[in-house]
Amino acid sequence: MKEIRVCAGGACIASGEAAVRDALLKALKEKGLEDKFKVVETGCMGMCSRGPFMVVDDVVYNKLNPKAVNEIVEEHLIHGNIVEKYLMELPSKERVKEAFKEHPFFSKQVKIVTRNLGQIDPGSIDDYLERGGYKALEKALKEMKPQDVIEEIKNSGLRGRGGAGFPIGLKWEFAAKQKDEAKYVVCNADEGDPGAFMDRAVLEGDPHSVIEGLAIAAYAIGAKKGFIYVRAEYPLAIERLTIAISQARNRGFLGKNILGTDFSFNIEIRIGAGAFVCGEETALMASVMGYRGQPWPKPPFPVEKGLWGHPTVINNVETLANIAWIINNGYKEFRKYGTEKSPGTKVFALAGKVKNTGLVEVPLGITLRELIFDIGGGIPNGKKLKAVQTGGPSGGVVPADKIDVPIDYESLTALGTIMGSGGVIVLDEDDCMVDVAKYFLEFTVHESCGKCTPCREGTRTMYEILDRITRGEGTMEDIDNLEELAQVIKESSLCGLGQTAPNPVLTTLRYFREEYEIHVKEKRCSAKKCRDLISYVIDPNACTGCTACKIACPTNAIEGELKKAHFIHQDNCIKCGSCMDVCRFNAIFKVSPPITDEETEKAVEFHLTSKNS
Amino acid sequence: MDKRYQALEAYMKEVNYDSSRLLNILHKAQQLFLWLPPDVLKFIAEKLNIPISRVAGVVSFYNFFSTKPVGRIQIKVCLGTACYVKGGDKVMERFLEELGLQEEGQVTEDGMFSVHAVRCVGACSMAPVVLIGENDFYGRMSPDKVPRLIKKYRQVAEKMKQEVGENA
Ligand SMILES: Cc1cc2nc3c(=O)[nH]c(=O)nc-3n(C[C@H](O)[C@H](O)[C@H](O)COP(=O)(O)O)c2cc1C
Ligand code: FES
Repeated sequence: MKEIRVCAGGACIASGEAAVRDALLKALKEKGLEDKFKVVETGCMGMCSRGPFMVVDDVVYNKLNPKAVNEIVEEHLIHGNIVEKYLMELPSKERVKEAFKEHPFFSKQVKIVTRNLGQIDPGSIDDYLERGGYKALEKALKEMKPQDVIEEIKNSGLRGRGGAGFPIGLKWEFAAKQKDEAKYVVCNADEGDPGAFMDRAVLEGDPHSVIEGLAIAAYAIGAKKGFIYVRAEYPLAIERLTIAISQARNRGFLGKNILGTDFSFNIEIRIGAGAFVCGEETALMASVMGYRGQPWPKPPFPVEKGLWGHPTVINNVETLANIAWIINNGYKEFRKYGTEKSPGTKVFALAGKVKNTGLVEVPLGITLRELIFDIGGGIPNGKKLKAVQTGGPSGGVVPADKIDVPIDYESLTALGTIMGSGGVIVLDEDDCMVDVAKYFLEFTVHESCGKCTPCREGTRTMYEILDRITRGEGTMEDIDNLEELAQVIKESSLCGLGQTAPNPVLTTLRYFREEYEIHVKEKRCSAKKCRDLISYVIDPNACTGCTACKIACPTNAIEGELKKAHFIHQDNCIKCGSCMDVCRFNAIFKVSPPITDEETEKAVEFHLTSKNS
Repeated sequence: MDKRYQALEAYMKEVNYDSSRLLNILHKAQQLFLWLPPDVLKFIAEKLNIPISRVAGVVSFYNFFSTKPVGRIQIKVCLGTACYVKGGDKVMERFLEELGLQEEGQVTEDGMFSVHAVRCVGACSMAPVVLIGENDFYGRMSPDKVPRLIKKYRQVAEKMKQEVGENA
């Protein structure tokens, strides 16, 4: 039986994977091909912007819909002809079966963490075993002492992928040295950065790799019990993990006397409930124990006193998914990738204003430029790159002229941002940097747990200042105050949330101060994003009077007869942008600062001259 | 006794009335009741033998738990970073407007719909994303697609109402 793999990653589900799968199953049945082909739904294949995907005979079909599926069944499955119109564009036709290796999106990638994604059925432990799954656990238990495992990981130089980049071998060693009967390992699957989906993809696409990593961690430090703390927003990940854990138990990879050794280990799933701070390790532990997820001051560190007062190692999903690979292939192999201080790979979730969005795993040390232009294919719609946001609410922006920076922990920190967990949001000229800073501060205000004052009150004040600036009511003093406040919050907050919360503001101020000043001095938003500082205007020369905008306008702010140029009444306009979205003639443009109805003519004139020049 | 309470108690029994699993238990309760009414919290506290203040404290801490009724069909608009930079806020606004709601979290008069902001549902490459109910994802949303979606779910809502009517 031949396998047809269909990507059932998060983005493909959002772009109609279920319909594609159903059409495929139906067509196979109708054509009597059910015993010849087996349909496997896999985890994320990576190139999310082109889903849904399907792979058969190593041929990758993209951007599928039910109609396409029927064609492929007929042409490819029955007649053996490749259906070219659903292929990804490739340098050469002969290499069609190498699309996942040679397409520019994939050619620079190295798959360690994502080694099984898109390859296996995440619901099948046999698929995982076939690809060498649980061999590393077996090797560790039977051929290595816990100290050997720790040495191997230490030598590999693997650093925490949850954001902070702490050396994993050292963390494990601290915990191993603690004399305590009860110890715990915890997998941090809270993935709180609101623009990141790496961990989700791994959990959903290859749950056993995380379980195996956690079991090896437990063996190394001497823990008998582990938890996986998953955010509630990922129901499918929870389901897949639950299944995987019970499969592993049935096959003797979890439970009592694993693989006939005297190592026993069990895993329980704990579900988060939508609190960003719970990704922070001390808050996470409070939550695992069933309390409000409030952080506590360190020291003592979790490796000394963690869950219920016992030594606890907390590791990120991606960190753990590296472990089995390192044990199997050895630290030297791992160190072939990445840099001296940041060995290995990192998975990034590439999103925002970039052509190829999706999940990419690259060796550390490649540049942001390679990530965005070579892999991501650059910025769509002929727009210009403005900045790249990394590290989510704890990170910051890297301006376009600094994207030749190598991606490693130290280099990004030097620019004022952080590696973070792997969310990369590409921003173009339509994005306002004050607005981006405000967005993240709003997030922090909402997510601050309220326990310490600098974070609770400080971030709120910062948010209020930013809000004033985006409304054109800010002063130059406000900008100075922002900087001062940021320093205070950084230095005096209790946990990582507050300590890093000012980063989005600090980096935008550092690289885009002028943009702040224009908001203050000229009451103008140069990206034409901040609502209070813009107006939408119709260019009567380009407007065909098709009435689409008039119909779309929710507040009846647009006046005009069929086939005659339309007009936006500024007093009624709520600046939702619906008109611009539906206009097919490019007749609507934005101006900043905002105008009155009387100024429309002048604005149009100015628009036309600047367009022509 | 209400079947939902029975199901909840059965779940608590399954996890040995272990109070460290309070979050999981609350998730179960919310699944059953759609939201967490005071009586349910009291029930959980009693069964786990912990103070109601602890249960209430946990519920109020986490965004995911709701102590107010929610619509039978919940519309979740992603306002994660990727969705925000691609205009998720405008999609949100349009939903509220079309449903005649003042703010997120409110329920329509017929009790059928409520709109909620969520932060990243992990489908950033399809931004902006809307999740309706538990499983219906809509990627690459825009405000002008909102009315059609609402129309579609009004039909779903009508069906649900009829089913309730038939059962009553
Ligand atoms: C506010 C805040 C949120 C965090 N969120 C996460 C998260 O979602 N996932 C994660 O793995 N680590 C997160 N961390 C980092 C954890 O505290 C911890 O460093 C990490 O889980 C350790 O695992 P690692 O050594 O494998 O990276 C967060 C930290 C802070 C301060
Ligand atoms: S930001 Fe909306 S799905 Fe990630």
